[in-house]
Amino acid sequence: MLEHHISLFIKSIFIENIALAFFLGMCTFLAVSKRVETAIGLGIAVVVVQGITMPVNNLIYQNILKEGALSWIGMPNMDLTFLGLVTYIGVIAAMVQILEMTLDKFVPKLYNSLGIFLPLITVNCAILGGSLFMVEREYTFAESVTFGFGSGAGFALAVIALAGIREKMKYSNVPEGLRGLGITFITVGLMAIAFMLFSGIQL
Amino acid sequence: MTKYRKILLDPLFNENPIAYQILGICSALAVTSKLETSIVMSLAVIFVLTFSNLSVSLIRKHISSSTRILVEMTIIASLVIIADQIIKAYAYDISKQLSVYVGLIITNCIIMGRAEAFALKNPPGLSILDGLGNGFGYTFVLLFVGFFRELLGAGKLLGITIFTLNTEGGWYNPNGLFLLSPSAFILIGILIWVIRTWKPEQVEEE
Repeated sequence: MLEHHISLFIKSIFIENIALAFFLGMCTFLAVSKRVETAIGLGIAVVVVQGITMPVNNLIYQNILKEGALSWIGMPNMDLTFLGLVTYIGVIAAMVQILEMTLDKFVPKLYNSLGIFLPLITVNCAILGGSLFMVEREYTFAESVTFGFGSGAGFALAVIALAGIREKMKYSNVPEGLRGLGITFITVGLMAIAFMLFSGIQL
Repeated sequence: MTKYRKILLDPLFNENPIAYQILGICSALAVTSKLETSIVMSLAVIFVLTFSNLSVSLIRKHISSSTRILVEMTIIASLVIIADQIIKAYAYDISKQLSVYVGLIITNCIIMGRAEAFALKNPPGLSILDGLGNGFGYTFVLLFVGFFRELLGAGKLLGITIFTLNTEGGWYNPNGLFLLSPSAFILIGILIWVIRTWKPEQVEEE
């Protein structure tokens, strides 16, 4: 059992890295990776939000939305899965709002450096995508906790690594049209190729 | 008249949502391994973007700024559910291939970004144009990437063989890398390079 969770954790960080293998959360990934310090802040925020929302969404899915899940109040034929999208995004928006208020109160420095990108975590596809994958792959509650933290950590790892590369890239002579966004895309492409090496690992 | 044309056409090259505003990249990369899925995805995005801009613009005077994100998310999520159900009903195979990415239109930052940056401040007519324009800008990038990935990766376009593969007695040796995810990043990087060489004012200051 523990072995299964460890392998799921490793898998969600490296083999199925949510940023580099599934392209989720790209907008924030590219926009907040200019400096390592802010990248670390974003990474932590994503791990926390992902680790909270995924289990919450899992509970909602298992107990309310899933076909037949409502039999405990006497409606065994109810299938509310089509309401999934709107429910998950509501949970995520609420969680981000709470996180934002907490950070503003206790860690104002981090709050200011994350700036506009904290509300944008709501529209960070990594978070919603994680919940949708969780439903598609039918994870149990315990698995969804592991997968939530694992995929969050995978995103954090990728964004911090990219920020490190971009800080060094300031000193290199990039062709004019490629400067900034263009070369970042190509760098991420090369990183994704590197991460594909993990895909051969059997756990 | 020039104002309308500007709103409609600027997002194509001058302010392309993907290449210039860095919005909505996730889905642009994930669904483009085939031209067909790129087209369906683009249509869904144009639909959601236009109607979300219209709806947000219509009620913009009644939304308070502290709850606006929730209101916008609800509008967008409802529109995406409609799009998702339509695709499931009429193109079930494609909906399976698009997997979670149709649902992820909700978190496609183009839609939220345009609602925030444009529809909240402008009347409905202009907002529709802005939605269409940005939708077309997005479509342009998706078609570009989808075209090259399917052509070079599988020698096909829309499932019709263009280059005969050498496994079937033809001459073309397919480049499998283009079917895999990293190629999309590199193709978009090259597209940005081309656009910025053509329009040097988009180059960022370091």
